[in-house]
Amino acid sequence: MRKVTRRGLGAIALALVAAACAPNASQDSLKPAGPEAEKIHALFTPVFWIAAVIFFLVEGLLFYTAIRFRHRKGRQGIPPQIHGNNRLEIAWTILPALILVGVAVPTVSTIYDLARTPTGNVLHVNVVGHQWWWEFDYPDQKILTANELHIPVGEPVYVSLCAAGQGYAGQPAPNDCQQPGGYASVGDDVIHSFWVPELAGKQDVVPGRTNTLILQADRPGTYSGQCAEFCGLSHAYMRFKVIAQTPDEFAAWVRAQQADAATPAEGSLAATGMQQFLNGQCIACHAIQGPQVGGQPVTANGGPNLTHLASRDCFAGCTLDLTESNLERWLADPPAVKPGSWMPNYHLSQDQIKALVAYLMTLK
Amino acid sequence: MASVSVPSESARGGVLRRPTATTGFWSWVTTVDHKRIGLLYGGTAFLFFLVGGTEALFIRLQLAQPNGQVLSAATYNEFFTMHGLTMIFLVVMPLSAAFMNYMIPLMIGARDVAFPRLNAFSYWVFLLGGLFIYSSFLLGGAPNGGWFGYAPLSTVEPGNNMLFYSTGLLIVGLASTVSAINLAVTILNMRATGMSLFRMPVFIWMSLVVQFLLAFSLPIITVGLFEALFDKRFGTHFFDPAAGGDPILWQHLFWLFGHPEVYILVLPAMGIVSEILPVFARKPLFGYQFVVFSGIAIGFIGFGVWAHHMFATGLGPVANTAFGISTMIIAIPTGVKIFNWLGTLWRGDIRFTTPMLFALGFIAQFVIGGLSGVTHAVVPADYQQTDTYYVVAHFHYVLFAGAIFGLFGGLYYWWPKIFGRMLSERLGKVHFWIMAVGANLTFGPMHILGLQGMPRRVQTYTPSLGLGVWNLVATVGAFTIAVSVLVFIVNVLVSLRRPKDAPADPWDARTIEWMTSSPPPPHNFDEIPVVHSLDELWHRKYAEAEDGKVVPVPTGGSGGREESHGEGSHGEGSHGTHLPSPSYYPALAALGLPLIGYGVIFHWWMAIAGAAVLLAGLYGWSLEPSLEPTAE
Repeated sequence: MRKVTRRGLGAIALALVAAACAPNASQDSLKPAGPEAEKIHALFTPVFWIAAVIFFLVEGLLFYTAIRFRHRKGRQGIPPQIHGNNRLEIAWTILPALILVGVAVPTVSTIYDLARTPTGNVLHVNVVGHQWWWEFDYPDQKILTANELHIPVGEPVYVSLCAAGQGYAGQPAPNDCQQPGGYASVGDDVIHSFWVPELAGKQDVVPGRTNTLILQADRPGTYSGQCAEFCGLSHAYMRFKVIAQTPDEFAAWVRAQQADAATPAEGSLAATGMQQFLNGQCIACHAIQGPQVGGQPVTANGGPNLTHLASRDCFAGCTLDLTESNLERWLADPPAVKPGSWMPNYHLSQDQIKALVAYLMTLK
Repeated sequence: MASVSVPSESARGGVLRRPTATTGFWSWVTTVDHKRIGLLYGGTAFLFFLVGGTEALFIRLQLAQPNGQVLSAATYNEFFTMHGLTMIFLVVMPLSAAFMNYMIPLMIGARDVAFPRLNAFSYWVFLLGGLFIYSSFLLGGAPNGGWFGYAPLSTVEPGNNMLFYSTGLLIVGLASTVSAINLAVTILNMRATGMSLFRMPVFIWMSLVVQFLLAFSLPIITVGLFEALFDKRFGTHFFDPAAGGDPILWQHLFWLFGHPEVYILVLPAMGIVSEILPVFARKPLFGYQFVVFSGIAIGFIGFGVWAHHMFATGLGPVANTAFGISTMIIAIPTGVKIFNWLGTLWRGDIRFTTPMLFALGFIAQFVIGGLSGVTHAVVPADYQQTDTYYVVAHFHYVLFAGAIFGLFGGLYYWWPKIFGRMLSERLGKVHFWIMAVGANLTFGPMHILGLQGMPRRVQTYTPSLGLGVWNLVATVGAFTIAVSVLVFIVNVLVSLRRPKDAPADPWDARTIEWMTSSPPPPHNFDEIPVVHSLDELWHRKYAEAEDGKVVPVPTGGSGGREESHGEGSHGEGSHGTHLPSPSYYPALAALGLPLIGYGVIFHWWMAIAGAAVLLAGLYGWSLEPSLEPTAE
């Protein structure tokens, strides 16, 4: 029976190694795609192998000892009573200590490296954690967007993780979270954690302080991320994407995002939807740049800025792909899609939903 | 303690008549016998183990597939929170307390613990505190902010859920604090003649270290819990940044308790393993002093590593460096223990009994948890690992594949001593192997899940993350563990139908709890043995001949040498023993605490009523002599 179990465990171990290399995981810290994540991976890999060697040595010794010195039938007498050996004690105190010194040195240098302030051509982004979606503020480009963070390939992005709401006790926000009046919040101001495994380690978003993180992608592509600190009902639905683009594509994206929202053609269904949007409760939370209501711009920012909603691939904390049918589903009953959603069910009629979706889909 | 003579005038005290039942329900409510209290602790903890395990099975069902529909987000958050709270505060801690209660007096040669009624009080507070927390399911919702209860989530979310958390943990924590003082005093003051500190079994040493860890760490969480309670219930702003408070303060308070807590959970299991290995390898523990000192070192360093739970909160590179290094340092004494256990096995005569299998399983699996722990100390790697399933894998290797395996080993080892009946070795081995396979199937894949991007505490995950396969394997593993627990229950039921024929020393053991009958009499020992060495019982049974060969001592040989000292030094002579009398008051006083808890949450008059019950209990208790004069 023991043999069978051992063979089973061996098969499991093999399967584990195979799975560690499985190509289908899309949010994988073992597949770094930028220098910051690469530094962590380059530190973790040798530590992993050191641990693996120690693992096999200790387990091997344990199994060898247990089997070699097992009780054999007919054995008489009692083994010699050995109470210890000081030389061995010293050895197995000092050897692990030396190994740990070897691990500690690169650990400390990497800690300081990751904590540096990047210099040169650096894009600055303020990332704001909300219950349960991510807001991305490009202060130099004057862009406010949600759930999809666009970055240029090959340049460090210096991320300030800013608290929403009344996080700073009425004081001006420290460091670079300089949104005038702070970032409004509709949900509770709780701790979140910003994590894109393929680009960087995680950093918490803590009410009352501003943490920073360097993000950099080497290749164009879409990198999946999500909130890693438990933040309430929809913690699992607080996802986002980082879209790394060539500098030219990024510049084009910036220009497109800086433009005002599109205005739908007179008399279209979308125009009806726009009227509903501006006259209804939507603008209590959602900003949209361009149209005016009563001569005032629509600047609320408690919910995601929708100026270019239709340019994104996903919405509702990247819970849903951005399609007409998903938008309809969402508007019909947001908390049914995303537990605890702070956007309530407004009991919109099918006609209202159709019109609103038609308008939202014009917001390229 | 027991032998204190009581002035007759104090016999008038006590409003309630002294309970006299020795069997039946009331005898259990009023017992102050450390063995019966140990049984109560163990039985209650095992029932909570089944509840917490059921919660785990629901969690695993929900996560077996992407977009699982078994539990709603609200229920899922309650279940994972209650699973953690239950397993830590209502299972592993009280299961350890059960062994300590039962075994400490027997292993140090005492008749009871130092404060028997306080001991009963600890148990009733623990039980009622546990029921108090669970009553939240019926009273509007269970705690749902994680066992770590991070502010401000725990203080701003609506509902009473997290009030049950803070209030309930304050109650359960009181049980542990009281018990810590009681057991530390017992170990330090009530050892048999000749049992110097360095003749104490390692389990006693580890228990002593744990009592000090409890005594120093629980006050910290107590402060934190009061602040959380006040923020939520009375609108204070300890953790509210908008009013100048700081959410990170909670994390410091919580982990300054929470990390020593890890050692509170695992050191008793390490102590049990250190008892089992020498018995079944038939060799003394290798490097006894080094094992003891590394346990003490772990206790001390354990207070200096708490911020490794907070590497991603933005403490800055200086703090992260300091706590990364201190966390690496704690690996050294842990390694020393493992190597000494291997040294104990080396050249032994190893018998693979069920307790031995669990002890070996502890070592094999704890090594995995220890090594993954070192990778957390590599701070940048932890930026990736923290708050992922990699951490879940790590601490379940320490606490389930480690502590729970050690505790099951202790159950199989001491079962004949406690119940006078043997457990089936065949079923025991089936239990072990199924549980070992289940544990590794469940928690092994979680390492991969975490590294591949699965955060902790998520109710669900999308298919696009590619995490379905390993989650399914983990779920299969969890149900495998459940099967092994069923095998254990069958084993217990079968055992209870067997004749009560376990000998005093069925394992050819080394320590003095095996010198008294199985089960022990109420007074533990007819004559308290005088201790001449570590592994006292072994030295009474075996001697080393001049050529180094170990030979049995003929019965009635040098084993009789203690008779000359006898019991005289204890002043008990031949008058028999005086055991503390049972009492209603510890249970009554404990009953006041959950009432105060409900009062804090619901209405102040319940708190007044609870305080009255508590005071009445304490008042009656203080007027009542610990030993009823008529009992002599």
